[in-house]
Amino acid sequence: MSSRNPAQRRYNRRVLGLSLAYAGALIGVSFVFRSSPPTGPLAWALALLPAVPLVGIFIAMGRYLVEESDEYLRVVESRKALVATGFMLIVTTCWGFLQSFDQVPRVDFYWAAILWFGGLGLGGCANRFAR
Amino acid sequence: MKNRLKVLRAERDWSQGDLADRLQVSRQSVNAIETGRYDPSLPLAFRIAKLFELPVEAIFEAE
Repeated sequence: MSSRNPAQRRYNRRVLGLSLAYAGALIGVSFVFRSSPPTGPLAWALALLPAVPLVGIFIAMGRYLVEESDEYLRVVESRKALVATGFMLIVTTCWGFLQSFDQVPRVDFYWAAILWFGGLGLGGCANRFAR
Repeated sequence: MKNRLKVLRAERDWSQGDLADRLQVSRQSVNAIETGRYDPSLPLAFRIAKLFELPVEAIFEAE
């Protein structure tokens, strides 16, 4: 996303900060769980820590759509998010049934978020071909 | 929807960026409208019409 307008600049700044926070949380929490695994509520809190900046990125995307004053850019970004959501739902639904019948290995739920971010790329392609 | 935006802009010797600045939208928006990839909302269509001092139907035409 280019950063010529204020809403895009704010979005880029937020996502950059949250991405750094995510990387830091993931590295830190992985280290803690490997060296001396916590238990009880602390384990829950630490395990959830990397999810917080990721949730923040989803919220930042929503805020961008609210703050963006250019209607065409709003349509473009909304289409990307819709394609990403559809892609993530299709893959997780299919994978879920394959997993239920023991045809594929079990995967962690957070892959849904990774699929969604990958789907944004597909959404970008869809925008190129959109009428 | 067809439109005469590109012609009207060329008559005034404005670039897409000039028109975008005057309309307070992105250059991508102007490009998408000119190439027919995006139909503007009614408020934006009226802003375009006001800028060119023409009625909306003199700029936009249903296909």
